[in-house]
Amino acid sequence: MNENTKSVNRTSAEQRSLLPSRVGQKIQKHWRLIVITIPFVWLLLFFLLPFFIVAKISVAELKIASPPFSNMFEWTDSGIVTVRIVFDNFIYIMTDNLYFDTYLNSVKIAAVSTFVCLLFGYPIAYGIVRSGPLAKPIFLFLVILPFWTSFLLRVYAWMGLLSDQGTINSILIALGIIDEPIQMLYTEFAVYIGIVYTYMPFMILPLYANLEKLDGSLNEAAADLGSRPTNTFFKVTLPLTMPGVIAGSLLVFIPATGEYVIPDLLGGGNVQMIGRVLYNEFSRNTDWPVASAVALTMLFLLVLPIIVFQYYQGKSTGGK
Amino acid sequence: MHGRRSRFLTVMITLGLAFFYIPMILLVIYSFNYSKLVPVWGGWSTRWYEVLFASEEVWSAVSLSLKIALVNATFATIFGLLAALSMVRFGQFRGRTLFGGMLMAPLVMPEVITGLSLLVLFITLRQVFGWPENRGFATITIAHITFSMAYVAVTVQARLTGMGQSLEEAASDLGAKPFKVLTAITIPRLMPALVSGWLLAFTLSLDDLVIASFVTGPGATTLPILIFSRIRLGLRPDINALATIIILVVAVCIAIAALIMFRQQKRDLLDQQLAKQVK
Repeated sequence: MNENTKSVNRTSAEQRSLLPSRVGQKIQKHWRLIVITIPFVWLLLFFLLPFFIVAKISVAELKIASPPFSNMFEWTDSGIVTVRIVFDNFIYIMTDNLYFDTYLNSVKIAAVSTFVCLLFGYPIAYGIVRSGPLAKPIFLFLVILPFWTSFLLRVYAWMGLLSDQGTINSILIALGIIDEPIQMLYTEFAVYIGIVYTYMPFMILPLYANLEKLDGSLNEAAADLGSRPTNTFFKVTLPLTMPGVIAGSLLVFIPATGEYVIPDLLGGGNVQMIGRVLYNEFSRNTDWPVASAVALTMLFLLVLPIIVFQYYQGKSTGGK
Repeated sequence: MHGRRSRFLTVMITLGLAFFYIPMILLVIYSFNYSKLVPVWGGWSTRWYEVLFASEEVWSAVSLSLKIALVNATFATIFGLLAALSMVRFGQFRGRTLFGGMLMAPLVMPEVITGLSLLVLFITLRQVFGWPENRGFATITIAHITFSMAYVAVTVQARLTGMGQSLEEAASDLGAKPFKVLTAITIPRLMPALVSGWLLAFTLSLDDLVIASFVTGPGATTLPILIFSRIRLGLRPDINALATIIILVVAVCIAIAALIMFRQQKRDLLDQQLAKQVK
C-alpha cells in the first residue's frame, strides 16, 4: 500500500517536471520573440489602435445615438458597402474662431510658462550643482518631493492662496496696501502660476543632470583666458547645457499646452485652453467627432513635430 | 562640476524652495482650522480629520486607487523591463523604430488625447466583443499600465545601457538558459532601477485624474476624481486634511527610500574598495 502510493507519487512528480521542461524549452527557443512580443502587442493594442479609432470618428458625423457618431461603413440591402467620410469636423475647427484662438492661447500660455520655468529653474539647478556634498542631496530631495505628492493638491494649494479671501489678499489688506481684494483666482495670472509651480521640477531635473556632467575645467580655462563670469556663462556653460534646456522645455511645454486641470481649477471659465475645450466638447456636449478632430489636430500640430525633432536630435547625438 | 556657489545662486535656491513649500505649508496649517471657510482662521482643531475619516466615500476611493496603483505598478514594471530589454539588448528587429516610438510617445502625449483615445477603444471593443461591459477598475488599470510602462522603460533602459553585458554573457557561456540569466543576473542587477520604476508607476497611477476620468464608468470613483469633484466648487477644509495626510505619507516613504538607496550606495562603494584590495 505504502509502496504503491510512493510509486504513484513518483510518476506524477516526473510528469510534473517533464511538463514545465517542455514548456521551458519552448520558452528558451523563442526567448527573444516572447520578450519583444508582450510589450509590443500591448502597445499596438492600447496605444496605436486607439488613434486609428479616433481618426475614424473624426471623419464621422454627429448622431444622436450611443455612441454618438455615424458609421463609416454601411451595408445596404443590395450588398453594397458605402463608405462615409466627412471632413466637416476639421473644416469646422479650422474655421471656427473659438478653436483657433483657444489653440493659439494654449500655445502662448505654455510658451510663456516654459520660459519662466527656464528663467528660474536654470539658476536653481546651477545652484544645486554648485552646493556642497551635504547640501546637494538635500536640495535635490526638496525639489523632487513635491513631484511625488499629488499634482491636484498642489494646484488646490494655490486656490487657497489666490482666492479673494485667500492668504495673499488677507496679508495685503492687513498691511494696508489694498482695501479691496484683488481678483487673482480665475484669471490667466493664476493659470501661469499654477503651470510654473507644478511643472518647475520637470525643468530643474534635466538641467541639473546636464550641469552636473559639465566639465568644470572649461570654466577655469575661460577664466584664465580673461573671460568674465557672465561672458563665460553665455559662451561656454549655456551652449553646453542646451540638451538639458531643450529636454526640460519640452517636458514643460507639451503637457502644459494640453493642460486641463489647471485652467479648469485656477482659470475658472475665464481662461480657454485646448485641453479643457476638448474635455468639455467630449463630456458635456458629447460631440465625439469634433473632440476627435481636435485631438488629431493637436497630435499633428504639437506632438508629431516634437517626436520627429527628438528622433533626429537623438540620431545626430548618437552618431558622435 | 563643483566650485563656489555665488550669492545670486543661493538667493535663487532659497526663493525657489520658498515658492515650492510655502503653499504646501499653508495647506497643512489650514487643515487644522476650525472654521468651515478655509481662509478664515477659527482656531486650532482636528475636526476635519474626523469628518474625513468618517466618510465612506473617501475610504472606498482610497481603496480603489490603491488597488489600481498596485496592479498597475506591477504590470508596468514587468512590461517596462521587457520593453527595455528589447530596445537595449536585442539589436535590430522588424518594427523596432515603431516599437521605440510607441514606447516613448506616452511621455509627451497630452493626457486628454490619451484619455480620449483609450475611451473610444474601450467603447469599440465593447461593441465588437462585448467586453468591457462596465468601465472601472479594469479599464483604468489598462490605461495606467499603457502610459506608466513608458516611464519604467526609460528608467530601466538608462541603467541597462550603463551596465554592460559581460556578466550575462559569462552566465550563458556557462550554460545558463536565457530565463535563468534574466532572473539570476539581470533582474538583481537592475533592482534599483526596477524599484524606482515601480514606485514611479505607482505614484503616476495614484496621481492621475484626466485619463481616469475618461475611461472610468459610473460607480468607479478614484481618489483624484473624488478630490477634483469636491474642489471644483471651491475650498474644502476636509480636502486640506486629506492633502496633509498624503504629504506626510509621501515624505515618510521618500525619506525611507532615500535612506535605503544611500545605504546601498555605501555598500557598493565598500564592495568596490574590497575588490580593489583583493586585486
